[in-house]
Amino acid sequence: MTPGPLSVAAQDGRLLDSGAPPPDSPLAIRGLTVSYGERPAVFSVDATFPARAMSAIIGPNGAGKSTLLKAALGVIPRVTGEVRVFGTPVERARDRIAYVPQRASVDWDFPTTVIDVVQMGLYRKVGLLGRMSGAQTRRAQDCLARVGMADFAPRQIGQLSGGQQQRVFLARALAQDADLYLLDEPFAGVDAATERAIVEVLKLLRAQGKAVVAVHHDLSTVRGYFDHVFLINTRRIAEGPVATTFTAANLHATYGGRLAVAQLDALALAGAVP
Amino acid sequence: MGAEFVQFSLTPMLIGALAAIACALPGNFLILRRQALIGDAISHVVLPGIVVAFLLTGTVAALPMLIGAAGAAVVAVVLIEGVRRLGRIEPGAAMGVVFTTLFAGGVLLLEQSDTSSVHLDVEHALMGNLESLIWLGASGWGSLADPAALAQLPPELGRMALVAAIIGLLTAVFWRWLKIATFDEGFARTLGIPAAGVGFGLVITSAVAAVAAFDAVGSIIVIAMFICPPAAARLMTNRLGVQVAWSLGFAVLSAVLGYVLAGYGPLWLGATGAVSAAGMIAIVSGVILGLACVYGPHRARQGAAAEPAGR
Repeated sequence: MTPGPLSVAAQDGRLLDSGAPPPDSPLAIRGLTVSYGERPAVFSVDATFPARAMSAIIGPNGAGKSTLLKAALGVIPRVTGEVRVFGTPVERARDRIAYVPQRASVDWDFPTTVIDVVQMGLYRKVGLLGRMSGAQTRRAQDCLARVGMADFAPRQIGQLSGGQQQRVFLARALAQDADLYLLDEPFAGVDAATERAIVEVLKLLRAQGKAVVAVHHDLSTVRGYFDHVFLINTRRIAEGPVATTFTAANLHATYGGRLAVAQLDALALAGAVP
Repeated sequence: MGAEFVQFSLTPMLIGALAAIACALPGNFLILRRQALIGDAISHVVLPGIVVAFLLTGTVAALPMLIGAAGAAVVAVVLIEGVRRLGRIEPGAAMGVVFTTLFAGGVLLLEQSDTSSVHLDVEHALMGNLESLIWLGASGWGSLADPAALAQLPPELGRMALVAAIIGLLTAVFWRWLKIATFDEGFARTLGIPAAGVGFGLVITSAVAAVAAFDAVGSIIVIAMFICPPAAARLMTNRLGVQVAWSLGFAVLSAVLGYVLAGYGPLWLGATGAVSAAGMIAIVSGVILGLACVYGPHRARQGAAAEPAGR
C-alpha cells in the first residue's frame, strides 16, 4: 500500500495498532479530539470502520460516542483530527453519507408532515429552489414504505410514537441514497417491533454493500446485530471484529466498575477476564 | 371613505401593515427556534445606536438614525452569538445579558448628552409616530394615479415596503434552508448546508425588520409583531407554509383593525380623541393570540417533547 497522507500520523505513534487505513474504508478517523469547554469529550481517537459491515460504537454514558460521530460529520467542531470517508475528506463526501441524529435532538412539535421530513433527505439533490421531480417524490414515498410507514405520509410528526419517529428518520436517511449510514442511538426508546424493522433495513443495506455505523448502548444485542465494534471511553479502548474484540476484558477496560460481573456473565462473552 | 381616509388613514395603515409583515415573517422562524425574544432584544438595542448616530451627526435625520440602529443591532447580534458560544450558555441568557447592557448604555448616553433640542425621547422610541405619517398631498383615491401627489408620500412608506419585499424574497429563496436548519440543525450540517449562517442571516434579517419598523412605528409594534401573529398562526395549522400565511394575515389584520380601533374606538364609546395606534395594534395582535389559544384547532401539543441530546 502506498502511504497516503493519513499514514504520516503514524510517525508520532498516534496510529497505535490500527496502521494506515485502507483507502476504501468508509470512515477513517485519525487523532480526533473534541472538547466541551475545558474537558475533552473525545481525546486523540483513531478509528477505522470496515466496508460492507455493520459497526457499533459502544461505551458508557458520557464516553463521547455521539460526540465522535457528530464531530466526524462536522456537526460539531473538532479541536484536531482528520476524517476521511471512502478516502476523501468528509466535506467532499457528503453525497455518500446518510445521517440519523438522535431522535430526541429535534423538536417533534415542528409544524411539518412525515413525508416532508423524508423529503429533507433529498434537499442536497434538489438544491435551494429546484422542483422536486415526480421520481423524487415517489422515491421519498418508497423509502417510507421500506420502514413500514407508508400510510403515515400526510401525518403531522408530533402525532408519532417514539418508534415511528425513529422509522421516519431512517426513511429520510434511506432517501439520501448513500454508501455510508451513520446512526446515533437508533434503538433508544423504540418498541421491539420497530427495533426489528430497523435491524432488517440495516442488514439489507449491508447486503447491498453499504457500510453502517451506529452508536449503540444495548450490550446484549451487539453480537446479534453487528460485525465490528468500537469501544470508547473518551479515548479509544479497542476496535475490531465483534468475535475477537467484544470481550470481557475490553468491556471491563471501557466501562470500569460500572459493569457488574453478573452483567458480563449474562453476555456469555468469549474470553474470561484475565 | 373618501378623500379624508386617503389623506389621513391610508398611509399609516399601509405602513403599519408592512411593518407587521416585515416582523412577522422572520418571527415565524424565531418562535420555532425558541428565539422569539430576539426581536425584543433588538428593539431595545437600537437605542444606543440611535443616540450615537445623533451624537456623531448632530441630526435626527432618518438615514443616520437607521445606520446607527442597524450598527447597534449588528454589534448586539455578534455579542449575543459570542457570549453564547464562548460562555456556553443558553441563547436566552446571552440575549438578556447583551440587550440589557446595551440598552442601559443607551440610557446613560442619552442622559449625558444634550438631546433636549431634538425630538429624541423614550415616548418616541416606544410608540413611534404612526399617526403622523399622513399623505397631505392626496386629495382622494385619484391621487394614487397622480405622480405629483405620489411624490409626497411619506418616505417611511417606501422604506417599509422595500424592507418587507426584501424579507419576503429572502424567505422564499432560502425557504428549504430555513426549514431544515430550524427543524434539525445537525442533519442540515451533514447536508453541507451552512446552518450557522442561516441562523445568523435570520437574526440579521430580523434586525433589519426591527430597525425599519422601529423608525416608523416604534418598538411596541416590533415586539408584538415578532411574536403574536406567528404564535397565533402556529395554533391554526400543522404546516409551516400555512403557518406563515396565517401569520401574515394576522399581522395585516392587527395593523388595520388596531389603527381603526385607535382612531374611531373612543368615538364609538362616546369619548373624544383617539388612543395610540401603535399600542392598539399591539393589543389587537395580543387579543388574536388569545383567541387562537382558546379556539385554535391545533393548540393541543402531542408527541414527545424535545429533550437535550446526550453526548
